[in-house]
Amino acid sequence: MDYFLQQLINGLTLGSVYGLIAIGYTMVYGIIGMINFAHGDVFMLSVFIALILFLMISALFGGLAIAFALLLVLIIAMALTALWSWAIERVAYKPLRGSFRLAPLISAIGMSIFLINFVQLVQGPRNKSIPPILDGGFLIPIGSGDITLSYKQILIVVTTAVLLAAFWYVVQKTSLGRAQRACEQDRKMAALLGIDVDRTISLTFVMGAALAAVAGVLFMVQYGVVNFSDGFVPGIKAFTAAVLGGIGSLPGAVIGGLLIGLIEVYWSAYFSIDYKDVAAFSILAITLIFMPSGLFGKPDVEKV
Amino acid sequence: MAQADAQMPDTALEPILRVEHLTMRFGGLVAVNELSFEVARGQITALIGPNGAGKTTVFNCITGFYKPTSGRIAMFAGTPQTDAAIDALTNSPNTHAHTANGGVYLLERMADSEISSKAKVARTFQNIRLFTGMTVLENLIVAQHNWLNLASGYSVLGLVGAPSFRKAERQAIDLAVAWLDRIGLTDRADDPAGALPYGDQRRLEIARAMCTGPELLCLDEPAAGLNPRESSELNKLLMSIRDGNGTSLLLIEHDMSVVMEISDHIVVLEYGTKISDGTPDFIKNDPKVIAAYLGVEDEEFDDAEAELEK
Repeated sequence: MDYFLQQLINGLTLGSVYGLIAIGYTMVYGIIGMINFAHGDVFMLSVFIALILFLMISALFGGLAIAFALLLVLIIAMALTALWSWAIERVAYKPLRGSFRLAPLISAIGMSIFLINFVQLVQGPRNKSIPPILDGGFLIPIGSGDITLSYKQILIVVTTAVLLAAFWYVVQKTSLGRAQRACEQDRKMAALLGIDVDRTISLTFVMGAALAAVAGVLFMVQYGVVNFSDGFVPGIKAFTAAVLGGIGSLPGAVIGGLLIGLIEVYWSAYFSIDYKDVAAFSILAITLIFMPSGLFGKPDVEKV
Repeated sequence: MAQADAQMPDTALEPILRVEHLTMRFGGLVAVNELSFEVARGQITALIGPNGAGKTTVFNCITGFYKPTSGRIAMFAGTPQTDAAIDALTNSPNTHAHTANGGVYLLERMADSEISSKAKVARTFQNIRLFTGMTVLENLIVAQHNWLNLASGYSVLGLVGAPSFRKAERQAIDLAVAWLDRIGLTDRADDPAGALPYGDQRRLEIARAMCTGPELLCLDEPAAGLNPRESSELNKLLMSIRDGNGTSLLLIEHDMSVVMEISDHIVVLEYGTKISDGTPDFIKNDPKVIAAYLGVEDEEFDDAEAELEK
């Protein structure tokens, strides 16, 4: 029982990170019908940004409380990653807006390769790390054993919940969110109502990247180490989460992320850790066979 | 205002939209050919003609869906500008010019979102294009995006719950609710727009277009698919928009009971060319219009032709 609960906590923590990245995929898909394959690498970039910022801040103001330092890292990393994403969108996707559907997709793959190589060049191919932070946690006795709830896990789950709430508020209640939902349904009509569609699309990329940066900071806190190729697997997992939840659906992305995290952790815990990715992707394949539009996705209706 | 035999519209009326020598070619097909007409401020102007006459193409050129092959579409704000001022703008690379008492917008140079936000032209479509997944109320609020977005500091202020954002939101909701009252959909405010019956969706679409605060409202077949009761409600709504809001209307319509009852001025197109232009009474009795609409029997053809040559 305690083992099961421990894995539940671990799975939810991992799933939160996937969910945050998955939102970037699902939003961009929702609004322009494109899979942004560079999103995983934007996440990797954000981990590097967070890592560098954290090292800088701790070197400059050593005595700063860890919580405050992390908050500062979070805010600056979100802003810088958003800026990166804005520039990427501007350079690689915006000029292809009127082009055929596959063009931005190919451009995104190119951008992904560029980001990986760029980071490898400027940061070197070796792992970069920070000293362990936020060690320790609570031991909760349950039944015959204990479960560990580490400070990091609490930080990850709470940060994710707070930012998802803020994000949900923006999408549901503000004029930007309404414009995004309008563009998602009918871009031409949205433009005719005076909505600047290009800007709305750019802001969607920016918001997705900011959430990926949150995931990046949390990744840094959890693992404390990053490498230029670390964007690929979490990126693909988050993409899987978005598809599992129903691509285009925001709650779907979060729930898909949590599910992928849980599946991965439980599979590793009870079966074989070597096959955890196989398990996660098999669930995806099975879902797609029986529910092609995912858990919360709308079936794709051809417009007449 | 309804002089029976005036072929040209009353020149004393101020134009709000002037279309000059508008031509639109698709490959070898000339959909609109050298079309010129004016929409008078504060009037309802109808654009009619048989199927395929190019009416919707004209709309698409006005609202920025198509870039016309050639021609000029000038939208006026405030008092009409002198021809010299319009020509000066045409010769400059700018899309619009402001003067002390108004402005000119060259719609053929502007992007669709600017035509709505700057030149204040709104439109609806033949097929309904509501945001079906959003609620009825949200459809009306999203149309107020422009000023609301500015007022909410691009939503950043909204996130921190600033009072100015709340105030702007409240104003937007007030306007939306006022329109819901006017179209009789107040009790459906929180339903998804896609769940409304067809006639209600049509009126909601018009209300949504009005929420952008347009000077000119372009309606593409607003009465299509409406039953007689709904159609007469629509007439009342359109006339109240003209008289109450002071918005000028340009509409494409096949339902002659709507056209003849509410239009102040009618432009008739056939094969992309204007064949008649005048008051409803004039149009009703114009043999060219009758020939275009009804077709002519063989024996009548010569008569009609003789009439045309006069």
